[in-house]
Amino acid sequence: MGHDHHHEHGPDHGHDDFPGHEHGTLKSYATGFILSVILTAIPFWLVMSKAFATPSTTAIVILAFAAVQIVVHMVYFLHMNTKSENGWTMLALIFTIVLVVITLSGSMWVMYHLNQNMQPTIEQIKALP
Amino acid sequence: MTDNLLLGRLSLDAIPYHEPILVGTFCAVALGGMVVLGALTYFRLWGYLWREWFTSIDHKKIGVMYIVMGLIMLLRGFADAVMMRAQQALSFGDSTGFLPPHHFDQVFTAHGVIMIFFVAMPLVTGFMNFVVPLQIGARDVAFPFLNNFSFWMTAGGGILVMLSLFVGEFAKTGWLAYPPLSGLLASPDVGVDYYIWSLQIAGVGTLLSGVNLIATIVKMRAPGMTMMKMPVFTWTALCTNVLIVAAFPVLTAVLVLLSLDRYVGTNFFTNDLGGNAMMYVNMIWIWGHPEVYILVLPVFGIFSEVVSTFSGKRLFGYASMVYATVVITILSYLVWLHHFFTMGSGASVNSFFGITTMIISIPTGAKIFNWLFTMYRGRIKFEVPMLWTVGFMITFVIGGMTGVLLAVPPADFVLHNSLFLIAHFHNVIIGGVLFGLFAGLNFWFPKAFGFKLDPFWGKVSFWFWQIGFFFAFMPLYVLGLMGVTRRLSHFDDMSLRPWFLIAAFGAALIAAGIGALLMQIFVSILKRKELADHTGDPWGGRTLEWSTSSPPPAYNFAFTPRVHDNDAWHDMKANGYERPVNGFIDIHMPKNTAAGIVLAGIATVMGFALIWHMWLIAGVAFATLIIATIVHTFNYKRDFYIQAADVTRTEDARTKLLAAHV
Amino acid sequence: MSDTQAQYTGADRFLVREDHHPENGTLLGFWLYLMSDCLVFACLFATYGVLGRNYADGPTGAQIFDLPVVAVNTSLLLISSITYGFAMLEMQRGRVKAVLTWLAITGLFGAGFVGVELSEFHHLISDGFGPQRSAFLSSFFALVSTHGLHVTFGIVWLITLMFQVGKFGLTTANKRRLMCLSLFWHFLDVVWIGVFTFVYLMGVL
Repeated sequence: MGHDHHHEHGPDHGHDDFPGHEHGTLKSYATGFILSVILTAIPFWLVMSKAFATPSTTAIVILAFAAVQIVVHMVYFLHMNTKSENGWTMLALIFTIVLVVITLSGSMWVMYHLNQNMQPTIEQIKALP
Repeated sequence: MTDNLLLGRLSLDAIPYHEPILVGTFCAVALGGMVVLGALTYFRLWGYLWREWFTSIDHKKIGVMYIVMGLIMLLRGFADAVMMRAQQALSFGDSTGFLPPHHFDQVFTAHGVIMIFFVAMPLVTGFMNFVVPLQIGARDVAFPFLNNFSFWMTAGGGILVMLSLFVGEFAKTGWLAYPPLSGLLASPDVGVDYYIWSLQIAGVGTLLSGVNLIATIVKMRAPGMTMMKMPVFTWTALCTNVLIVAAFPVLTAVLVLLSLDRYVGTNFFTNDLGGNAMMYVNMIWIWGHPEVYILVLPVFGIFSEVVSTFSGKRLFGYASMVYATVVITILSYLVWLHHFFTMGSGASVNSFFGITTMIISIPTGAKIFNWLFTMYRGRIKFEVPMLWTVGFMITFVIGGMTGVLLAVPPADFVLHNSLFLIAHFHNVIIGGVLFGLFAGLNFWFPKAFGFKLDPFWGKVSFWFWQIGFFFAFMPLYVLGLMGVTRRLSHFDDMSLRPWFLIAAFGAALIAAGIGALLMQIFVSILKRKELADHTGDPWGGRTLEWSTSSPPPAYNFAFTPRVHDNDAWHDMKANGYERPVNGFIDIHMPKNTAAGIVLAGIATVMGFALIWHMWLIAGVAFATLIIATIVHTFNYKRDFYIQAADVTRTEDARTKLLAAHV
Repeated sequence: MSDTQAQYTGADRFLVREDHHPENGTLLGFWLYLMSDCLVFACLFATYGVLGRNYADGPTGAQIFDLPVVAVNTSLLLISSITYGFAMLEMQRGRVKAVLTWLAITGLFGAGFVGVELSEFHHLISDGFGPQRSAFLSSFFALVSTHGLHVTFGIVWLITLMFQVGKFGLTTANKRRLMCLSLFWHFLDVVWIGVFTFVYLMGVL
């Protein structure tokens, strides 16, 4: 629940006001920042310098970097862990991620098929006013 | 811009003087409204209403207000239904009935929007609000102010829909407003804008309510009440609110995109410049399917409570009920395409969703068996809630079966958008959601008001509804199988007419059922001393709400309960619980506030202004909303203590009452 | 099933006699709201994913996206994230003035982000590449400006909190509000990772 984190006594009580909620440290914020800078700079460089021959390779690589950087933000900035709120925060996050994946991939899969099947034929296009 | 700066596109033309039905409705509403408002003024009740109800943050009061709103809107939505049945019974061959198509289209659109968003949702939310904190041994929800605000946002949305009857018109697009029909080209008038803003405003209320109830259930359970010791209704409430938080953002996003198309001229769903109307259908059903589970899961919870109470037995298969509910919650995100099999996604996509749809019927089936096994060898009391429950079991199962039939894509290709579909979803919504809400109404009414609902009129209402439902909707299954399309206002094939006449007769029976419900409420108030609940536990209940007085005090529990087992109250009664009569302490409670109704009122004004393109007013309203919200956050003193002396006084009164009615 | 409360007997078996305060739910509630906001963005991303190549003979991403400017923007937002982190560290130390300073710096970087974005939009619109031009541009503007609007609301909230902390100090309520804004602010940076990757970088491929 709480954690061994020493800090000066301020105008409010010195002990942990928010049990079950993590705090950062200078080290954790700095680590997260540096990692994020690296994980941002590389994708930008990859795209701007056209480092890979095929766009699809580049796409997969930069999406992977984005996924990793999101995890970095979650851990170092949002202090994501399995103990917060007795695990409910993590559960909510996992459920949301699952739904985001279903919404994104499901929509793109469905719409791809719909577009393929429902595209007007060349005759229909020519018949337009 | 030729619009007036202040009035936008609003003008006296917006008032439908030349539509006799609307003029008549307006006169009736105005008359009735004046009677009500006059009576409130004459009996000097405005102060009472404001202090005790409108600004209340008490979850019990807010729950009651939601249910009152839902029942009033039921009358409006049913009036739309009666008009449709009448039109379809009359309009054959040369006769065109009494509703011209542009009016009929608004009627079926309003019927759907009102029934889903302003009847079913408020009723379900009202029950969850009233019951859940009591069932978990809490004094209120996690965010009491937000609760009040959520209610008024829902009411604001309802007000906008009702306003559309007399100022302007409503959408003619069906309750989901598919583009391109709902786009700017095909529907340039205010109807779709009324639709959009009433749903957006109500939607904010619903979403916040979802967050509120999840936090309440997770954080505020009484000591000892682990997750697997929660009442089943609380479990279904938890899953429902998870669905709300997960689904309503999708509705919000889709309606924003539609309004961008209408207000800014973007091309999300237009036919040209790259738009794709099929994307709207896709996304709105990603919301729409979880929505129907939002409606039905709470009533599954109600049935669990009712069946175990009136069978005098612990619910059979508690764990499997919980797992079934959670599985339904997750699976409800994997079936949405079954609402548009015919849009053209092809065999592979259709098969996937057809299979998932069939799978999702399994956990529901498991629940039915659990209820039946609970009843088996129980000592069953056929009080009114139990009648509704048995009626549900038969009616809903038929509707569920037709759903599994529709889940087969080739079958759906024949039946999509036919009257078969209409019959199916009314079968599950009426047989499931509505019957469950009536069961819940009869079950928890004494808890809320201190007296039971009259059983005679309750039974009358039930039988009219049950029989009326079959007469009203079984013909629609037949008509659908014969190929009749939905939403038609005129027919040429006379051989179809008898079925429509039977359906109209069914609607008349249902009207009698609604009349009996109103009679039930009226008679119960008259006979409230005879029907009084003195003990707080009129049915031999099993969960904590029945340990309180009827109605409960503002603070719910003088002492927070400590829970050891499922069916906590039953456990207490069986193990020598003695109600404490002294030693009461100060109780920390939240204060009432006007902030909710004020903020929601400003939001509603802003919605109206946006509908009519009254940009100046909309802008001012928006700015006021932001400022008022910021001002509200400067109020840090939102709670107070009920003094121990007051608690003692309340509890002493209950001690006396219990002693007098042993 | 073991009864962890078996030690309670007699009159206290079924009651808590002392003043019982349930745990505060604000941070969980705010996290749940953020999850719902995630889904709003998911829908906008999905729309961009589906409609994002519908150029309607208008410009493509490669033609209008200025990646160096996006890099600047990304840096501004990322820096604002860490300056907010510093504000939180000062909050834990109870130092009001330091908190206010770091909040102000965060707000300035955030305002810079919004400013750069508005200037980008202005250029696009004045070139005739506004949201009405094509479905690609509609979904681009919808997604990016929804994010920008969230940042703007965050700045308004930040300024309000600066007043409240300045006036009332680092009370429990204010610390809770600062933690909520922290979640919000970092969450917006997470969404931006998605935006610059999925929209800008992939848009020029």
